[in-house]
Amino acid sequence: MEPAEIIQHSGGAIGAAWLMIALPLVGAAVLLLGGRRTDKFGHLLGVLMAVASFVVAALSFVQLLGFAPGERRRGIELYEFIPGLAKMGLLVDPLSISFCLLITFVGSLIHVYSIGYMAHDPNRRRFFAYLNLFVAAMLLLVLADNYVALFVGWEGVGLASYLLIGFWQHKPSAATAAKKAFIVNRVGDFGLLIGIFTIFATFHTLAFDGVLANADKASSGTLTAIGLLLLVGACGKSAQLPLQSWLLDAMEGPTPVSALIHAATMVTAGVYLIVRSGPIFQGAETAQIVVTIVGVATLLAGAIIGTAKDDIKKALAGSTMSQIGYMVLAAGIGKAGYAFAIAHLITHGFFKADMFLGAGSVMHAMNDEVNMRKYGALRKVMPVTFVTFLIGYLAIIGFPLLSGYFTKDGIIETVMEHNAVLGWLAVLGAGITGFYMSRLVFMTFFGAKRWEPTAHPHESPAVMTWPLIILSIGAIGLGAFLVLGNRFMTFLAPAVGAPEEMPAFHPFSPTGLATLALVAAGAVFAWLKYGRAEVPALAPRGSFLTTFARRDLYGDALNEALFMRPGQWLTRLAVFFDNRGVDGLVNGLAAGIGGTSGRLRRVQTGFVRSYALSIFLGAALLAGAWLVVGNL
Amino acid sequence: MPWLSTLMGVSVLGALGVTLVRNDKLAKQFTLVVSLIVLALTVAMAVQFSPNGDKFQFAETYDWIPAFGVHYGVAVDGIALVLILLSVILVPIVVLASWHDAEAGKRSVRTYFSLLLVLEAMMIGVFAATDVFLFYVFFEAMLIPMYFMIGSYGGAQRSYAAVKFLLYSLFGGLLMLVAVIALYSIAGKGTFMFTDLVGTIQDVTTQKWLFLGFFIAFAIKAPLWPFHTWLPDAAAQAPAGAAVLLVGVLDKVGTYGMLRFCLELFPDAAKFFTPLVITLSVIGIVYGAIVAIGQTDMKRLIAYTSVSHFGFIAMGVFAMTTTAGAGATLYMVNHGFSTGALFLIAGFLIYRRGSQYIADYGGVQKVAPILAGTFLVAGLSSLSLPGLSTFVSEFMVLTGTFQRYVVPSVIATVGVILAAIYILWMYQRTMNGPTAESVKSLPDLNAREKWVVAPLVALLLVFGFYPKPLLDVIHPAVQDTLSSVSVTDPQPAVPVAQEGQ
Repeated sequence: MEPAEIIQHSGGAIGAAWLMIALPLVGAAVLLLGGRRTDKFGHLLGVLMAVASFVVAALSFVQLLGFAPGERRRGIELYEFIPGLAKMGLLVDPLSISFCLLITFVGSLIHVYSIGYMAHDPNRRRFFAYLNLFVAAMLLLVLADNYVALFVGWEGVGLASYLLIGFWQHKPSAATAAKKAFIVNRVGDFGLLIGIFTIFATFHTLAFDGVLANADKASSGTLTAIGLLLLVGACGKSAQLPLQSWLLDAMEGPTPVSALIHAATMVTAGVYLIVRSGPIFQGAETAQIVVTIVGVATLLAGAIIGTAKDDIKKALAGSTMSQIGYMVLAAGIGKAGYAFAIAHLITHGFFKADMFLGAGSVMHAMNDEVNMRKYGALRKVMPVTFVTFLIGYLAIIGFPLLSGYFTKDGIIETVMEHNAVLGWLAVLGAGITGFYMSRLVFMTFFGAKRWEPTAHPHESPAVMTWPLIILSIGAIGLGAFLVLGNRFMTFLAPAVGAPEEMPAFHPFSPTGLATLALVAAGAVFAWLKYGRAEVPALAPRGSFLTTFARRDLYGDALNEALFMRPGQWLTRLAVFFDNRGVDGLVNGLAAGIGGTSGRLRRVQTGFVRSYALSIFLGAALLAGAWLVVGNL
Repeated sequence: MPWLSTLMGVSVLGALGVTLVRNDKLAKQFTLVVSLIVLALTVAMAVQFSPNGDKFQFAETYDWIPAFGVHYGVAVDGIALVLILLSVILVPIVVLASWHDAEAGKRSVRTYFSLLLVLEAMMIGVFAATDVFLFYVFFEAMLIPMYFMIGSYGGAQRSYAAVKFLLYSLFGGLLMLVAVIALYSIAGKGTFMFTDLVGTIQDVTTQKWLFLGFFIAFAIKAPLWPFHTWLPDAAAQAPAGAAVLLVGVLDKVGTYGMLRFCLELFPDAAKFFTPLVITLSVIGIVYGAIVAIGQTDMKRLIAYTSVSHFGFIAMGVFAMTTTAGAGATLYMVNHGFSTGALFLIAGFLIYRRGSQYIADYGGVQKVAPILAGTFLVAGLSSLSLPGLSTFVSEFMVLTGTFQRYVVPSVIATVGVILAAIYILWMYQRTMNGPTAESVKSLPDLNAREKWVVAPLVALLLVFGFYPKPLLDVIHPAVQDTLSSVSVTDPQPAVPVAQEGQ
């Protein structure tokens, strides 16, 4: 089944969909421009704007359901953005509305949670301003009806991410992590930009409507190039190999940020881009293969990193990389995988946000300690956090009937049908997930107390636990709701297309059983090592494999050796050359005519000579450059 | 109404008036009022400009030296109009920002503000001139007020920087003078009027020589790599306000000249030299950015970012597609706002601490959050963040260049990554981290300084989301220029019928 046509729309909630973006944007503007005057109510305004945005999204969703499935792609024109290149318009369709609901619903919960989490921070107002800015940019990213507006949202969320990772910017580590995230993302954006240039050069439009409906008319070479370039962008934003290194550092940001931006929403934008650009990838088999390879490599790499981290947030960050790897893998398969990719994206948004906020609740109780070796036995003192976290944990490892079971196993089954090697690697990843997530839960909530003497853990206030409870309900039931009866695949079909034959759900297929067995083995192994046995307060040295995983598979070392050090060397060389080489010639000239004295008279006496010399210099430079490029 | 002459006349009379005022404070206020009047008049003129009307509007032509066919001829097309708007918007902002900048030395405060208004008149004149000789006169005369602003009111190395600036510019100017005279005599029309000279030089070899005469002058002015080394010295030594006008407006005369004169007067030569110019531009984009990363002095760093940005502009001009050309023109305007904000806010910071060195700062965000916040916005505009106007122009330049020159456009896009490095690293070193002892008592922006920054930030944001008003004026002018060079835009592989695209 092919995607439906886009119908121009006005009126109703969908006609006012721009409010979804405008409301949080106004919130951010008021809080930033209002300054200290808005300190008192800043957090409330922030929450209000996020919730209002959710209401618009929900009403738009209801209105969209009122249309026949083939008429559920509604385009809204706003104004002419860059004449000749792009209009500013929105596209409300099953794909974008799914994202809008996720972003605004989980976003609102995290706003509420942050009231409690940031209660003692003197800059809480600024925090809410940035959160609102993020929500606005993220909604523009998914609602845009063309690649330029998408890119505005794309870099907008990058800015919000930069501001929020570096929120505690007096900490040098936070400032460095924020800068790193932005720069690595810019490397991805380099690819995305060139992809967009190629799209424009090929189609002379950047609107999804024109590009995607006509993608099949372009040559497969062009489509492959565009697909690979878009993938580079997706890798940057979604922390996929080889642009993954920023995500672990990004955990320097306050935990609600990690939950919202670096788990539930922003990092999934790469998956959105690939699914949205489906018709391009479907015409470029090579690009699709590369997408699946990137996905499977990252899902394994993230899982391996997750096994070795003692920092609870970094373990979860490795897990996020890994889970997005699953989504990218599914998105690389094409129409059969899109619905599972997005369904897993949504359930992951719930259970991962649930666990990140749970981790935040633990940190809140433990004086901001992140080292799990100093946790232990917290299930008794923090029962709500424990139970909600446990639900998130069971969901992510794919415990039968919970969300992850339906969406992640859906991906594994689909991949297995597509390519057995990729399928078994995805099963292996699930097994490792079973291990590292169990390790995390055992180290945090079970075993003996290994607390610092100053720690007096307590359950978090209701403003923080209620979001946990609501998210964990989603972690329980959302997967079954979306996947059973192919409900979500049918809903999404008008936007992204669907396979000719809808998949049938096998409760205990051989693949499913194998996955469950490996997950169980991983969990048992973790129990033996971290549940039953005592956890040493200092990390044992471990084998070279442990070190490999702890050092994030040497991603940073590789970047430093390949880019940073040569870059620094090149910079120094260029500065030296500019001062001594280019400028040296000129200064020699100036000295020859006594120019440094600044006295015009002497300048004038040397004028003819300087004139002649300068002409000679200019001519020589030009001739040299001409020799180099003249044959182009 | 003779709009353009009125604008220049008000500025010149204002400049004279300032010298007559007795007290310095009154002189400043008077200058501010005059520059605001000029701004108001320019806006009144701009709203009457009809984008799809005659190419040149508000034309005034009088004989100046009839024996040689030299005229006082002024008029604007869309390109000149937006650049004049840029100039007259920046002047009052610079006046307000420079309030105390001239007081440090022993030189007359009034003279500084008088020079600002003289410069304003010349900036309007140089963009409005329709007579090639008049253009040359403004082109050279502009050096004089700037020379004195750097040489008399600048930093410790001001004399060196001012002379270097003057020497470079005079050298370029002389080459151009030779070319102007040659153009006049070879064309044999007995006039210097631009429109009469277009299309008169048919011989390609002659075109090439004359092109070089103009181009080298403009390449030094802009400055294009490798003619750029005067700029970091001049910009670092000039008072912040003068640096803004130097980099924000005066240098644009170079890229404006390429678009107006090099392309239209010598179309065949322009096409012949395009590979060379694009190569120099791309080198400049990457080279300028890399050298900027390595700078230890804030103002020099900002100057080198401009070397990179001017590479984008020149590349856009010579890519010769409508999108790139319009993008390059818009880039000239946006870069003025962006680099203006950067120089001025850096200036506020330097004025407080008394050092241009990045290493002397750290953690300023904590003590002066508004200063830091606006500095970040200015920085983000320099790295062309979407949502700020600089993104629109950079995106247009790159998209338009890519249509014709894939490899240069791809290499130039590396500049997008490098820009993130030089800006964010500078921001981190000055604003983030633990607050340095020496900046602990730094005051935040005062009311006057906020009034300086607010309009710039507002312009960057408004044109970031709604660049249409500027592009509607620029587009027809660029299309007209390209049609007189007789180039057409490349056709897409898959034409998609789109209304209004």
